[in-house]
Amino acid sequence: METQFREKRAAGRKLLVPYITGGLAGWQDAVRAAAAAGADAIEIGIPFSDPVMDGPIIQQASQQALEQGATPVSILHDARSLDVSIPLAVMTYYNTVHHAGHERFAAQLAAAGIVAAIVPDLPLEESGPWCEAADAAGIETVMLAAPTAPDARLPLVVARARGFVYSVGLLGVTGERDTLAHTATALARRLKAITDVPVLVGVGVSNAAQAHEAVQVADGVVMGASVVRRLLEGGADAVGEFVGDVRHAIEH
Amino acid sequence: MSLMAEPSATGRFGEFGGRFVPETLVPACQELEAAFIEAWADPEFRAELHHVLTTYAGRPSIVTECKNLSEQLGIRLFLKREDLNHTGSHKINNVIGQVLLAKRMGKKRIVAETGAGQHGVASATAAALMGMECKVYMGAVDVERQALNVFRMKLLGSEVEAVHSGSRTLKDAVNEAMRDWVATVETTHYCLGSVMGPHPYPWMVREFHRVIGQEARAQSIELYGDVPDVAVACVGGGSNAIGLFSGFVDDRTRLVGVEPAGGAAVGRAQPGVVHGMRSYLMQDEYGQVQEAHSISAGLDYPGVGPEHSYLASIGRAEYPSVTDAEVIEAFQLMASSEGIIPALECAHALAWIVRAAPEMQGQTVLMNLSGRGDKDVAQMMDVLGR
Repeated sequence: METQFREKRAAGRKLLVPYITGGLAGWQDAVRAAAAAGADAIEIGIPFSDPVMDGPIIQQASQQALEQGATPVSILHDARSLDVSIPLAVMTYYNTVHHAGHERFAAQLAAAGIVAAIVPDLPLEESGPWCEAADAAGIETVMLAAPTAPDARLPLVVARARGFVYSVGLLGVTGERDTLAHTATALARRLKAITDVPVLVGVGVSNAAQAHEAVQVADGVVMGASVVRRLLEGGADAVGEFVGDVRHAIEH
Repeated sequence: MSLMAEPSATGRFGEFGGRFVPETLVPACQELEAAFIEAWADPEFRAELHHVLTTYAGRPSIVTECKNLSEQLGIRLFLKREDLNHTGSHKINNVIGQVLLAKRMGKKRIVAETGAGQHGVASATAAALMGMECKVYMGAVDVERQALNVFRMKLLGSEVEAVHSGSRTLKDAVNEAMRDWVATVETTHYCLGSVMGPHPYPWMVREFHRVIGQEARAQSIELYGDVPDVAVACVGGGSNAIGLFSGFVDDRTRLVGVEPAGGAAVGRAQPGVVHGMRSYLMQDEYGQVQEAHSISAGLDYPGVGPEHSYLASIGRAEYPSVTDAEVIEAFQLMASSEGIIPALECAHALAWIVRAAPEMQGQTVLMNLSGRGDKDVAQMMDVLGR
């Protein structure tokens, strides 16, 4: 994923990564619609019972998916038949990984055609054993950087980041906000100053205008709650339309 | 070295503990750890804490010998009376420590989770005393069954938010408190209510409850010239148990932590990671956290503090479980035999003692009566149909 992202960036393209909760009704169609509408990669959420980094929309989506019987195994199985040409990443909480076992989970991802993983409750200090297993299986581990990080911490985080650096846009959990927090561009700027790994802003990037604002500094955006809400309310077509709008906004 | 010494640099007790939190919270946990280490080594902080505990919280708590129950059960039963502390439970020890520390760190606001409401009431109390803003998250199910404590917290000036996600009990209250903290970490201290969560909480909260064990050990020696044969406490997250155990862990005393049958995290012995820690955790075959079920809101938690997992894994403490039916019996037994209405949580400890008494004949048994049962009276009126 990182190689592709670097090439696209070099060609002047801003990167767009929609998040879609796996196991929700219509999620595979939503992934295909997002890919067709100009996404550069898709982050597939493997729902967890206790998503502490997520606000109401993704909590609701996770709970729905779990109630409909989604499991890590069923989602990875379904991911194999997606047949999209862009990289696929997963986002899940660490107990999913821990429970499966590091090597086994990394192998399951690789077998499903997943190339990257985001584990938001696995900070740098605890990430060693997973990163080792992921590296060995060819899975890129995206690290999160937060606005609360002192200057001395950021280089350590970006040094371990593969794929891209997930620049957390605000102090808070996922969810749509009226405006882009000032912390979003401030942290992206701090990260851009110290790394050439692609920097994508996520958490609190809620619409096309905010995405446009974020990519004035960052290499791209991750959009979660706004995408998932459209899937819940309007299905895959609504996701495709929204991703198309954001793609248009960040290119102009 | 004591078995309950400091955890490792990464916050590990054996293979349990750690700091599994969103990146946003890592600097806050590091700052808290540094602030705690500094304060705990500062005689002035210790003196201030001691002053508040003795002149406000009512420490030291007494030890009561239960003559009637002892006779019935054929053991010598003693109670460490944490129920007599201000606010009615052991929770005040930890809360005063944390709020003093938060003030020292310049925080203006605390958030807390609560199950039965005991930690919420203690937090609201300390916040009122020390002039801090306080918000308590409580599962909607618990708001319902602990209405009295909800009103108490409001009376004390705190905001109480009912949590409607997930199982709507303690687990979800912790999730919501963590989400609040992620958004407000610069001004807010998360006043976690048990020996759980990310490092340094399990260690710090244990140190604030160590006073239970220290007092109990001295009192035991004064009362009967020895440490108890058995020390018993209920275990949800495990703070009152760890406080009691800390006084006897390096002695010959048998340590028993009693879990509810519907929330037996240690009993199932399956490691998992949630709420910032690696510990035993009730979970399904894919690692989804399962809902605990207990008559007692304070023990309705699918995990347990990491040090308990460690003590269980090395065989130093044992963690049997009791059923709701046994607890209801024990609750009534203590009330009618000793004139003490225990919290439903503590009735778990007594339920195990009643069951195990035939094998403990003639032994000294020290039970931590960690809270009083006033809060449970309305619920028990329903349960007993009176």
